[in-house]
Amino acid sequence: MGLAKRIIPCLDVTGGRVVKGVNFVGLRDAGDPVEIARRYDEQGADELTFLDITASSDERGLILKIIEDVASQVFIPLTVGGGVRAVADVRSLLNAGADKVSMNTSAVSNPDLVAEASNRFGSQCIVVAIDAKKTGEGKWEVFTHGGRRQTGLDAIEWAVRMQRLGAGEILLTSMDRDGTKNGFDIELTRAVSDALDIPLIASGGVGNLAHLAQGVLEGHADAVLAASIFHYGEYTVKQAKEYMANRHIEVRL
Amino acid sequence: MADIAIIDYGMGNLRSVAHAIEHVSPQSKVAVTSDPAEILRASHVVFPGQGAMPDCMRELDARGLREAVMRSAKEKPFLGICIGLQMLFDFSEEGNVAGLGILRGKVKRFPQDKMFDASGEKLKVPHIGWNQVETCLSHPLWEDIAQGSRFYFVHSYYAEPDDEGIVAATSRYPFRFASAVAKGNIFAVQFHPEKSQSAGLALLRNFSGWNGAI
Repeated sequence: MGLAKRIIPCLDVTGGRVVKGVNFVGLRDAGDPVEIARRYDEQGADELTFLDITASSDERGLILKIIEDVASQVFIPLTVGGGVRAVADVRSLLNAGADKVSMNTSAVSNPDLVAEASNRFGSQCIVVAIDAKKTGEGKWEVFTHGGRRQTGLDAIEWAVRMQRLGAGEILLTSMDRDGTKNGFDIELTRAVSDALDIPLIASGGVGNLAHLAQGVLEGHADAVLAASIFHYGEYTVKQAKEYMANRHIEVRL
Repeated sequence: MADIAIIDYGMGNLRSVAHAIEHVSPQSKVAVTSDPAEILRASHVVFPGQGAMPDCMRELDARGLREAVMRSAKEKPFLGICIGLQMLFDFSEEGNVAGLGILRGKVKRFPQDKMFDASGEKLKVPHIGWNQVETCLSHPLWEDIAQGSRFYFVHSYYAEPDDEGIVAATSRYPFRFASAVAKGNIFAVQFHPEKSQSAGLALLRNFSGWNGAI
């Protein structure tokens, strides 16, 4: 026995509510973030990830309050991403109670930010999120701005470069699969995970429990992230862990 | 009632530690502080740490806190967490820096060439996530914590004490390393009890009620 594979529910937050979209568009309300966080903690979630998808800057303070409330009640690691543009943003999220901060668009527009934040706060709290889309056989490209902008960067090379600059983990989302419930892009997940020395969190496309197990067994992911299968009560985190344990995947039960 | 000082030397967010202790021991007074006098007055001291050990050592000295840490580690219930465990030792491979030398031994990096599990699969560094903690000595801080409980880890370096007698628990990644050490009034853990849900909260509750004796 040793290190467990992690199951991480993801909460997309805007206007103080948890929402869920399909293929990065079309949002549905899924509830109160603090209440949902507590529920997942009780079910045995290994970590929680909050993505602030708020577009307007005047609502940015809302996420800090949410993280403060969650951090005083839930004693598992919390990752927060979305709209992180400067070292000061990293600092204010960490001070609010986040354990890790995730960067996506800003890592592409300013890779030095990853290095700077990692040097300042330690690589253990820097997650680089990569949204990747298949562009050819065995080729995936990095997209930013919530999937709207093509960067020309190769996803595998980009992940390795982020590791070198000081990322402690990579959160990889397949844009082709996100919201489809057809399962992870296994080929992409494995290619990136195998290229890295740091842990990989797989995301995008989970529709059932078999998909979570596939992410680990076939995709070589160190952790699996999912949103909708948990939000709408289809499965509990506990059921997901029992399913994985039955597939001989080491989990925290 | 415990009067608990969490030593703040500017490395990372210490509110999680404070929140967790307040949660399990509402009657305790908990202060996140960089005031040596307040640390010396406290009944219990928590010595956390995040980031890189060379930075932690430098910041500790820059804030004039070394003496308060050394004295607290001699005389009162003292809990080191993560880099706070590593700094207690003589030396770290991380930046090749000297530690506080309170415990004999050194801190080493997980060697990339040995990071494979039994089936040959690559193991990632940092070691991030929930691993099992096998306690190997009876201690008041392990009360109500089941053998093999999982705690949350995030680290790339681990301590190798000269004296195996101070090892309070081991974990495996892929080889066994000391995930907790204990010596007199000092207890230190490589994992993060403040992020380890019920098992971690139990350990912090035990610490807040500990008188420093074994």
